[in-house]
Amino acid sequence: MAISKVRKNFHQARWDEPIIYELSTPGVRGILPPEVEEEITKSVGAVAGKLPDSVKRKKPAPLPEVDQKHVLEHWVHLSQETMGSNLSPDISEGTCTMKYNPRIDEDMVSLPDFAELHPFQDESTCQGALEFMYTFEQMIKEVSGMDRVSFQPGGGNHAVYTAASIMRAYHASRNDSKRDTIITTIFSHPCDAATPATAGYKVITIYPDEKGIPDLEAFKAAVKDAGDRFAGIFMTNPEDIGIFNPRIDEFVQVSHDAGGLCFYDQANANAFLGVTRAREADFDMCHFNIHKTFGTPHGCAGPANGAICVRDYLAKFLPVPTVEFDGKKYYLDYDRPESIGKVRDFYGTTGVILKAYTWTMNMGAEGLRECADVSVINNNYMRRKMLKIKGLGEAFADNGIKRMEQIRYTWEKLQKDTGVGTEDVNCRLIDFGIPWFWSSHHPWVVPEPMTLEPCETFSKADIDAYVDTVKLIAEEAYKDPEIAKTAPHNSCIHRVKNIEELDDPNKWAVTWRAYLRKNGKK
Amino acid sequence: MVKGKVHPYIPNSEEGVKKEMLKELGLKSAEDIFEAIPERLRFRGTMKLPEPILSEARLRRHVEEMLKKNKNCKDNISFLGGGCWQHYVPSVCDTIAARDEFLTAYVGEAYSDHGKFQALFETASMIADLTGFEACNTPTYDWASAAAMAGRMACRTKGRRRILVGEDMSPGRFQVVRNYWKPEIEIARVKYDYEKGCMDLKDLKSKISDETAAVYFENPSYLGFIETGVREIVKIAHEAGAFVIAGVDPISLGVLEGPGNYGADYAVGDYQPLGLHIGFGGNQSGWVATKDEKDMIAEYPSLLYGVTATMKEGEWGFGEVFYERTSYASREKGKDFVGTTTALYGIVAGVYMALMGPQGFKELGEGIMQRAEYAKRKIAGIPKVTIASPGAFTFKELLIGFSATGKTVKEINKALLASKIFGGKDISGEFPVYGQSALYCITEMHAKEDIDKLVTALTDVCAD
Repeated sequence: MAISKVRKNFHQARWDEPIIYELSTPGVRGILPPEVEEEITKSVGAVAGKLPDSVKRKKPAPLPEVDQKHVLEHWVHLSQETMGSNLSPDISEGTCTMKYNPRIDEDMVSLPDFAELHPFQDESTCQGALEFMYTFEQMIKEVSGMDRVSFQPGGGNHAVYTAASIMRAYHASRNDSKRDTIITTIFSHPCDAATPATAGYKVITIYPDEKGIPDLEAFKAAVKDAGDRFAGIFMTNPEDIGIFNPRIDEFVQVSHDAGGLCFYDQANANAFLGVTRAREADFDMCHFNIHKTFGTPHGCAGPANGAICVRDYLAKFLPVPTVEFDGKKYYLDYDRPESIGKVRDFYGTTGVILKAYTWTMNMGAEGLRECADVSVINNNYMRRKMLKIKGLGEAFADNGIKRMEQIRYTWEKLQKDTGVGTEDVNCRLIDFGIPWFWSSHHPWVVPEPMTLEPCETFSKADIDAYVDTVKLIAEEAYKDPEIAKTAPHNSCIHRVKNIEELDDPNKWAVTWRAYLRKNGKK
Repeated sequence: MVKGKVHPYIPNSEEGVKKEMLKELGLKSAEDIFEAIPERLRFRGTMKLPEPILSEARLRRHVEEMLKKNKNCKDNISFLGGGCWQHYVPSVCDTIAARDEFLTAYVGEAYSDHGKFQALFETASMIADLTGFEACNTPTYDWASAAAMAGRMACRTKGRRRILVGEDMSPGRFQVVRNYWKPEIEIARVKYDYEKGCMDLKDLKSKISDETAAVYFENPSYLGFIETGVREIVKIAHEAGAFVIAGVDPISLGVLEGPGNYGADYAVGDYQPLGLHIGFGGNQSGWVATKDEKDMIAEYPSLLYGVTATMKEGEWGFGEVFYERTSYASREKGKDFVGTTTALYGIVAGVYMALMGPQGFKELGEGIMQRAEYAKRKIAGIPKVTIASPGAFTFKELLIGFSATGKTVKEINKALLASKIFGGKDISGEFPVYGQSALYCITEMHAKEDIDKLVTALTDVCAD
């Protein structure tokens, strides 16, 4: 069996890389655009030169001027100073499902028959593209139990925002305009609160009971209190702490009885593919993060895809166009008068959909179920070992509820005992080649949080090594807390000196120009 | 696992390993964990998915054969644009886009993902250089969502709820914006001067008021025309106390002035033309640029990556600027919402901008305008074919009228397909004022012979 290795001699690439502007030499070129044929230049002359002064560029943009070798070198260096999940034990980013992203999927989107396809081509010339979009919709319908799916949203938050837009359209279509309040839970992703707020809703947040499950009685009281202003719910399950809400259908029932719609945030779907679905709990809508659950890469935060899935009575509100099939050919349907319109130009992040289609064709129904099985086994195996580590606990310990695919741990004890908190542990883990872990969304209901998700593509050896490294760091913190407090030591950089400057308008700089001006270097 | 096979992506699907792990847990199977889910919520059926294709070789063949049903813009000559444009993608851009480090990283802080922070900081810096601003966010979903975001930011900063939008705005983008601005923002459309190819300033003056938060226009417009009245638009808006949001194609900014330099308050646009393949419209990626003023920065919903110093002398460090603004920090009290968008595309666009440099953008812009002008003159010579607003300035897109030919754009494009040409985007439904018209896009990808081939084919098709 593969060895479980704590990488004590790890060192991340540290290139001490300059900012690209510091590599600039006036006059140097990185690439030359194609020359215009002489016949053209002779016949039309200097066209840009005739632009009116109001819009003609006066001075060249002060972009860096760098030769091609150094452009490549610079960005390769920057990539090496980034810990992608395909090259590290990224059990770290809990809630994010950092599974392996297969190279074959990348090859498929690089083919000219996809990469060089224009969204406005005649439908007869893009049947293959419409086919994978249509077929993948049929697959996601099976996984969710819902009736229609749109892949237009560009990520999970965007899909939840789309759900809020559909909820708004649904109530408006019934002339039920008083409904302006939604209810979510504190361990649902922040987007379950923020996107309905963006769509104009007031937000009520339910906290958990002593077992870590959303408080049903508090929820009932909130619904009653909202009365005819109650529009619906936005809830994640299992929540970000890895606990499945076993009474979720009762929340749905209460909501429906009060005239609300129910949206199920399925960002954490890796735990239950083929095990439970939005349909069985009677939800009206749900979404999947295709870039998490369906094997496509996260790209430093996108391109992503959020599949918004709805029941038949909400399908008329989906964004346009939908992809249809008449038995012979695939086509786009824009003729949907009650649609909310669009949430993204064109048809969504189609490359992500193609990758996910390829991945799902490789997995099949049994493969998806295997993802769920192995991810919950991995997590519970890891939990058992992790909880033996001194200074570490878990949220809602001893509540007797089995955890699903992820867990929110807490370094509260370590912090009290040694002063080493979760951020220090995080910085120290990097010294062993382990990427930055997900602590928690804000507010930190669980103190000094650490959320881990050992999804199905991590091996037993990965998990063992991860746990051994965490254990080593905890033990070290009890002996010499300064090591963690001054970490990272073997990363590409050191701790930021004055973190408060990033909140100071006189100091912050989100561009090089701003940096130069604020530091008197212009 | 499937027919007793170990899945190559799932190491612990190997029965021996799985059994050992379950044994440690004192469990028989995953079902012992799923007992936390009540029976009434369990799905006991079988998901009806296609039979899996387990070997990579056959999987590749399956997908390739499906995609072969497409006809692509490499084997054919395409004149399609309208917000997604085929420009040359440098090899270095594809190389960086494929790096597993960038491709598969996510939300790690700079201590593990320093390169991600620096790369996106540099992209923002270069967009700021092109547009004439000092602040730019991490990428948005696309230009449309960037325009929507800027509008909402402007309304909050101004404490006003009305936005004036040119009626020439891309219909696709307008559909996005209209949804995003519900329910609180009122939209009024400003008339377009279809003869001259610019905003109707008289109509703008009549509609602007002290309730207007912002005026939004696109330059070049969706219809291809360069808005030459930018300084008047800025003057009219500012006199009413409103902001100006300019939507721009960044690849035009080697020849066109950056909006910040003509007084606009926001610039928005797309990264797609900067080193990203057209990819069936899936590679769009937006940005918002503004001045670096506290009341403007405070309204960004996106993450902003700032440069700073570390404990090590001379070392660059990065972090999140003014994080409390975001919905990650403040849930529904944050500014709109932030989430996973299109960061990798932003990184690739940074590579593109550095490769091009100031001279590259200038030469590219000049060359595109020359090719488009050549095409315009040649097409104008085709009997019964017209060029809309022939006196107006254009960048890379030309609005070509076919009404006098007695043929629809649909018929013409179908006929062009036989010559392996993808004709321009049919806008007869979107802008009936132009009759049977199509938007033709010419870029550096088109050699003279491609344009000549189009002219020959159009001449034949329209003469039939």
